Amino acid sequence: MSKRWTPILIPVLAVILGLLVGAVIIAISGYNPIVGYAQLWEGIFGDSYVIGESIRQITPYVLAGLAVAFAFKTGLFNIGVEGQLIVGWFAAVYVGISFDLPAYIHLPLAILAAGLAGAFWAFIPGILKAKLGVNEVVVTIMLNYTALHVTNALIRSIAKGDTTEQIAQTASLRIPFFEEITQYSRLHGGIFIAILTVIIIWFILEKTTLGYELKAAGFSQDASKYAGMNVPRNIVISMVISGFIAGLAGAMEGLGTFEYVSTKTAMTGIGFDGIAVAVLGGNNPIGVVFGAILFGALKYGSLNMPNPPAQIPEEMISVIIAVIIFFVASGYLFQWLYEKFSKKKGVK
Amino acid sequence: MDYVIEMLNITKVFGNFVANDNITLQLKKGEIHALLGENGAGKSTLMNVLFGLYQPDGGEIRVKGKSVKITDPNVANDLGIGMVHQHFMLVDTFTVTENIILGKEPKHGAGTIDIKSAAEEITRLSELYGLEVDPYAVVADISVGMQQRVEILKTLYRGADILIFDEPTASLTPQEIIELIDIMKKLISEGKSIILITHKLKEIMEVADRVTVIRRGKAIKTLNVAETNPTELASLMVGRDVVFKTEKKPANPKEEVLKVENLVVKDYRGVDKVKNLNLSVRRGEILGIAGVDGNGQTELIEAITGLRRVESGNITLVGKDITNLKPRKITETGLGHIPQDRHRHGLVLNFSVGENFVLQSYYHEPFSKIGVLQNREIYNYANKLIEEYDVRTQSAYEPARALSGGNQQKVIIGREIDRDPDLLIAAQPTRGLDVGAIEFIHKRLIEQRDNGKAVLLISFELDEVMNVSDRIAVIFDGQILDIVNPKETNEQELGLLMAGHKVDRDNHQQMLDQAVKKEGEE
Repeated sequence: MSKRWTPILIPVLAVILGLLVGAVIIAISGYNPIVGYAQLWEGIFGDSYVIGESIRQITPYVLAGLAVAFAFKTGLFNIGVEGQLIVGWFAAVYVGISFDLPAYIHLPLAILAAGLAGAFWAFIPGILKAKLGVNEVVVTIMLNYTALHVTNALIRSIAKGDTTEQIAQTASLRIPFFEEITQYSRLHGGIFIAILTVIIIWFILEKTTLGYELKAAGFSQDASKYAGMNVPRNIVISMVISGFIAGLAGAMEGLGTFEYVSTKTAMTGIGFDGIAVAVLGGNNPIGVVFGAILFGALKYGSLNMPNPPAQIPEEMISVIIAVIIFFVASGYLFQWLYEKFSKKKGVK
Repeated sequence: MDYVIEMLNITKVFGNFVANDNITLQLKKGEIHALLGENGAGKSTLMNVLFGLYQPDGGEIRVKGKSVKITDPNVANDLGIGMVHQHFMLVDTFTVTENIILGKEPKHGAGTIDIKSAAEEITRLSELYGLEVDPYAVVADISVGMQQRVEILKTLYRGADILIFDEPTASLTPQEIIELIDIMKKLISEGKSIILITHKLKEIMEVADRVTVIRRGKAIKTLNVAETNPTELASLMVGRDVVFKTEKKPANPKEEVLKVENLVVKDYRGVDKVKNLNLSVRRGEILGIAGVDGNGQTELIEAITGLRRVESGNITLVGKDITNLKPRKITETGLGHIPQDRHRHGLVLNFSVGENFVLQSYYHEPFSKIGVLQNREIYNYANKLIEEYDVRTQSAYEPARALSGGNQQKVIIGREIDRDPDLLIAAQPTRGLDVGAIEFIHKRLIEQRDNGKAVLLISFELDEVMNVSDRIAVIFDGQILDIVNPKETNEQELGLLMAGHKVDRDNHQQMLDQAVKKEGEE
């Protein structure tokens, strides 16, 4: 049974240890960890409003994490999810404010635009890597900045200010029923799109010849070439799909949470957090959902920790999240300890 | 009796699996003692016990008569036991000296490393044992054979007088093997003792004094090499009689399947490696290509299989021009390819055995339909081949990485042969495998020939080429120097051809004598 459960056991242990270490840090800093964690819990599950907001926060994390995990499964490190998300966000809002269409066309069109924008942004590093062997990490990092400043310029030119107008309601992901049951939180229908995307990506990776080829290229390019697969083409496809998912994450913000786009002085951070989500989820599409739930819930719930009586600084929760990720990322350590422990018991 | 090492009744158990069952191994001072066994017989476990990596569950270890407990490799080092690993543990970007002193650096008074005195000591050791190692060379720049000598020096530098060699010839060229054997003899003459782990019978016969045969975790027998022969050793190792001379009917060659005309291929540096090469393989024959590594074999295979660009010339397979076609097109024209490096090319190690079985056919029915994999079909097929090719695996879902080398090779061979290709290219198909697996693979190649298919065999092992081939083409410097009949040739003639001496058949013996004499003078 040990082998089957280790992929689940390690993250769970890591989270528990992370919270314990976090408690120690809080205590050392002169705050009360029990009160702090109680407020964290309240901040996530306290009432229907915070539950709605937590899910709202989780939604883009699912997609950003999925984008990173998908590329990673196929041997590519897409650090450009952030930039792809930013262009996706912009494209979604642009379609949302520029057209006058019935909802059943407008909303899908806006979502599609976001995906295609992200896909295009990822196509650039993909084709450079496939044709010229340029390292995708460097290109995607640079393209994050390009995305940030290009969209800022575009927003100023079309909005004549720093913020665009609201998108037409025909392009919105908001669902009145969700707003009503969550005391008018910003919870929107994007969570369904995120879950659907997870299922589709899982299916592609595990059940299709495309997924088989992409994974083969990820594990061994030499063996893929030997088997007659078109490795450069697969690199491009993989980046494009990853970018498409990242673009969808942008649509969640543009069509759901904010319903507008404004100029940014810095990155949103969601794309980078996606890397952590992918690590937490073991680069597995289903795992990513759990990674995103954990990450998003902690991120949102922590906003409640600075309130009295705990009054724990917001920065502290960043430390705790970092500690948890550290423990999961050093999963090898756990595996090693685990095996050593089992060996002593003579189980192997 | 003067034993330097005695491993008495060693037992090592992992869970329910008994890796070493009451094994006794005694090493005399100044002998080369071979440890012979199939892959997975328990040789490595036994040596890891001696080297302190595992603790035995039963038995006693004595070093120079004293009972010892070897709790970790440092204790083994202090006792004068050194291990030359099969996979070298060297830092590529460091010099020879830096690698050797790693972990045991001599220091100046101020705490800085005293490279100079270390290098002097290494030069002294190198001269003493005839190793000819340049202490200031960077490891990345020296040959595999040299790297192995650095590993040997590492143990000597640490004062080892008992050396364990783990499959030392696995990655060496024939010339390097000869040199290694000389080095081992030199080590013995300077008072060292050696344990040689191997499954190559020829080496044992050549260099070892005694041999202990291990089979399925049990020590079967210890013999004096002078009083045994390869046939006896092989049957002791495998547990049944092994046929060395693979039995086969005379070949019945028919029409041409592969034709290579005036082929020119460059290597990755852009240097011509295949130079105007001509070759043809017919149905119902095995053409063996003999040659020293690096004479264009790799580039030739890669060109035929479409993995490397052809500069000029033509390749025809079953009457169709396949020059510079995509690998998949060539495969579909009727090519099977057992690649030289099974880990790099032949398998996706992280894929399951089942997934690896369909690596060349996953994209057509019944294994997939409109782009969706049909797992039931894939695993049914995998189970069929596992049975047929006797692949020892827990299940078809096991990752290929978990299989032993011989079983990994069986997966590749099963996959390539079951597609029933008109031409099967087998590059070094038995490298690193034990006699049982070698016998199995040779039989399969001959079966393929008997079914009227063509087989192109590339091997650096002369025995293999001579045993299995119907014709032998000797490749030298990118060209086929000569084609000989294995029944009418011998190792000397092939050796000369491989070294580039074209033999004039009429003055054959004369030439041979001359060449031998000349070599002796050099």
